[in-house]
Amino acid sequence: MEQSSPKAIIMDEVAVSRAIKRIAHEIVERNEGCEDLALVGIVTRGDLLAKELARQIEEIEGVKVPLGRLDISFYRDDYLTHFSPEVHATDIPFDVNDKRIVLVDDILYTGRTIRSALDALMDLGRPSRIELAVLVDRGHRELPISPDFVGKNVPSSHEENVRLYLKGPDSHTAVEIFDVKPGDRVGSAPLGGE
Amino acid sequence: MSFNHKHLIDITEYSDVDIMTILETAKAFSAVNERAIKKVPTLKGKTIVNMFNEPSTRTRSSFELAEKRLSADSLNFGGSSTSTVKGESLIDTVETLNAYKIDCIVVRDKHAGAPYIVSQNTPASVICAGDGKHNHPTQALLDLYTIWEHKGSFEGLKVGLVGDINHSRVCGSLLPALKIMGCETYAIAPGTLLPPAPEVLGIDHVSSSLDDVLPELDVVYMLRVQQERLEGSPFPSIREYHNLFGLTRFREPLMKPDAIVCHPGPINRGVELDSYMADNPSRSVILEQVYSGICVRMAALYLLLGGSDNGLSA
Amino acid sequence: MAFLLKSAHVVDPAAGLDEVCDVLIEGDKIAAVASNLEAGDAAVLDMSGKYLVPGLVDMHVHLREPGYEHKEDIESGTRAAAKGGFTGVCSMPNTDPVADNGSVIEYVKARAAAVGHCRVFPSGACSRGLKGEALSEMGDMVAHGVVAFTDDGRGVQGSGMMRRCMDYGKMFGKVFMSHCQDEDLVGDGQINEGAVSTRLGLLGWPAQGEEIQIARDIELAKLTGAKLHIQHISTAYGLELVRRAKEEGIEVTCEATPHHMFLSEDDLDETYNTSLKVNPPLRTQADAEAIRQGVIDGTVDVIVTDHAPHAAWEKSREFELAPFGMTGLETSLALVLTNMVRTGKMGYDRLVEAMSIAPRRILGLDPVSIRPGSVADITVFDPELTWTVGEDGFESKAANSGFTGVELTGRATDVFVGGKQTLAGGAVC
Repeated sequence: MEQSSPKAIIMDEVAVSRAIKRIAHEIVERNEGCEDLALVGIVTRGDLLAKELARQIEEIEGVKVPLGRLDISFYRDDYLTHFSPEVHATDIPFDVNDKRIVLVDDILYTGRTIRSALDALMDLGRPSRIELAVLVDRGHRELPISPDFVGKNVPSSHEENVRLYLKGPDSHTAVEIFDVKPGDRVGSAPLGGE
Repeated sequence: MSFNHKHLIDITEYSDVDIMTILETAKAFSAVNERAIKKVPTLKGKTIVNMFNEPSTRTRSSFELAEKRLSADSLNFGGSSTSTVKGESLIDTVETLNAYKIDCIVVRDKHAGAPYIVSQNTPASVICAGDGKHNHPTQALLDLYTIWEHKGSFEGLKVGLVGDINHSRVCGSLLPALKIMGCETYAIAPGTLLPPAPEVLGIDHVSSSLDDVLPELDVVYMLRVQQERLEGSPFPSIREYHNLFGLTRFREPLMKPDAIVCHPGPINRGVELDSYMADNPSRSVILEQVYSGICVRMAALYLLLGGSDNGLSA
Repeated sequence: MAFLLKSAHVVDPAAGLDEVCDVLIEGDKIAAVASNLEAGDAAVLDMSGKYLVPGLVDMHVHLREPGYEHKEDIESGTRAAAKGGFTGVCSMPNTDPVADNGSVIEYVKARAAAVGHCRVFPSGACSRGLKGEALSEMGDMVAHGVVAFTDDGRGVQGSGMMRRCMDYGKMFGKVFMSHCQDEDLVGDGQINEGAVSTRLGLLGWPAQGEEIQIARDIELAKLTGAKLHIQHISTAYGLELVRRAKEEGIEVTCEATPHHMFLSEDDLDETYNTSLKVNPPLRTQADAEAIRQGVIDGTVDVIVTDHAPHAAWEKSREFELAPFGMTGLETSLALVLTNMVRTGKMGYDRLVEAMSIAPRRILGLDPVSIRPGSVADITVFDPELTWTVGEDGFESKAANSGFTGVELTGRATDVFVGGKQTLAGGAVC
């Protein structure tokens, strides 16, 4: 599928980097350090953000916080209508029991992904607390979920798609806003383009 | 990536990419199966019927566990209560199941082609769990998964199947699947246990000497001597079969250092395998195959039942 | 009742006819064959563009009555025969009760006389109950009009038993029609043994399972002097055995079915179409080609259908559980016309020989010819009529044709049996 051009760039590379740094500081501050802290990113962009957050926290505190990635394919409530056979490995290389977990995702929209992620995390054990960090909150929640750490609030409409691109899997780093074309998937940008 | 299948009946309708999708999904499910809570809500609300018109404990249990771990509602239909025993035709039985509003039928039948008949008479997805001496695709997939875990890839791998190839539904699916994945295949059996046209199944080399072929093989797949399936007597005695075609500690030195031993189970100790080989921790992957079965069946169910139109537009 | 069939192309090698002329039927006989005949009181039927031949006979038909009337009965089976252009059929004895005594033969004849749409020539079992163990009452059956002996549906397993059948029965002068199948070798074979049986996971029915008994029965015919007819021959080598036996001067004939001529094991696939489950099984394409060649060169004496009707519910089930056999009466002539005559592989004279003259000769029936004084058993067909098998249903109770959906060219339009019209303008009377 051909990638259409964005109608606006909401955050450029500098802004994204600045937001990540700020969230890292907030996480450390709110948790009064890194004890029992762990980051879990939701694939396919949240895990990359979580990795960057962990790097920033290490710079601030000199501590490597445990880092995991979570695939929520098996927990989606829209599995039957938004089916993608691509399942990425969930990799949480630490015991989640009694951890203070910061769940990391790129764009917070309806909240359903987070609902699924919470279920998935609970099936892995009993964390002492779960907090949510997102780079962009675009509103339109369908569930009572609210983030603890936000990079930027971006008002948007249902007819728009907000996507994060990151150097590495993507050619550039930015948060961009698109018009939704019929048949488009609303959600994270797929890895490796469409 | 796309996965455009509604049924899993004939493995030859699957490409190497499709098969790898199943194996990689199975790997993701393997992680679920290793957890304390071995259950995901994926197929919540889906109804799956295990229609076993022929006795089976292992395959049925494996499917049942896979279904339960996906949160599907599963119903076992068959065994001694099979309607066909009471004279109902297969098609009428399927119509009855349709009236239950089900989403998937897993079919085991002693007659070749029965899963196809079922698929023609139901809106549900159909998975073949073994039909006569024809096919057993999920067994082939779990074998592939196990081999993949140990060997990392399939290309050029030399896989030898030893024993009753003619009466084996495992071979009917595994051999074509191995060819799809780029393996080289060997059949080792007396003439009485070889199919009339081995090449049709994807057999590259036929031999009646295990000793000759054993040094070549990366995977030694020992088939079960299915005493219940043999008409006439295809070999004179268990003793002679064991001597000629049994994998024993005396044959182990002929094997490649990293060759593995597979078996679809249940094992006849002292027939196709001696205990030394069956229990050999550096060779035998037989129990891993059993475990792989659950992962692969979860993956197949996940992929086949995915999407409101079974993934056809995904 | 008299009929004047105008301007038909008459083909009858026995009468040396291959020309357009008129045929006058009076009562049960042919009264005149000539150009520009006067009608007189006769009903005039314009047959221009059509072919008129001595009435076709199918010497291998399962009418299923008595015992299996849910599959077919004498009324519906002979209806199908009339629709397909036949004036007579030889019925097989594997009914329930088995036609192994005069009473059953008498029953079949009586039903045929009462409700039949063509002549029915019953054959009787060689062995009592088709069990291959004890001789049937052949003399009794001959007294009641049986035309041949056969255990069709099964091969007679014991060589000694087959010899006894021949040695005993030969005094009646009837032909022994042999279904060749070595049960120990064939076992539960479902389809031809080979590539397709391997792929479909079905037990194989090897060619040798048929050929061994063909060879055996030829030797037994040589030993006993009985007349031998090999039924539904399906393999190239089996046909070769018959060819050699004929060259040796042994009194042996054979028959082949359209399905063994025009279908092969390659028509079987993962859809497990049970209409294609026949006995003997569909063989290889090379075998089918050899059978077609045998029909052309005369090694195959007769084209038969082995019309084997089954109820839909019996066929729509697992392949291994479905019974063997397909219907054939309503498609046989059209298949031969389409695939053999239209393609120029053989002429109309060869068709008449294989579907009319030879079966009567082998069964010892009175010959029928298109000449004055002959009994008026006549088949008329339109060689240009194109139709699709199954589209307008079947006269048979059964629909288990292996050719459903196939477009054919050529179809019987009118049939007369003993001067009585049984098919008129394509409709059974």
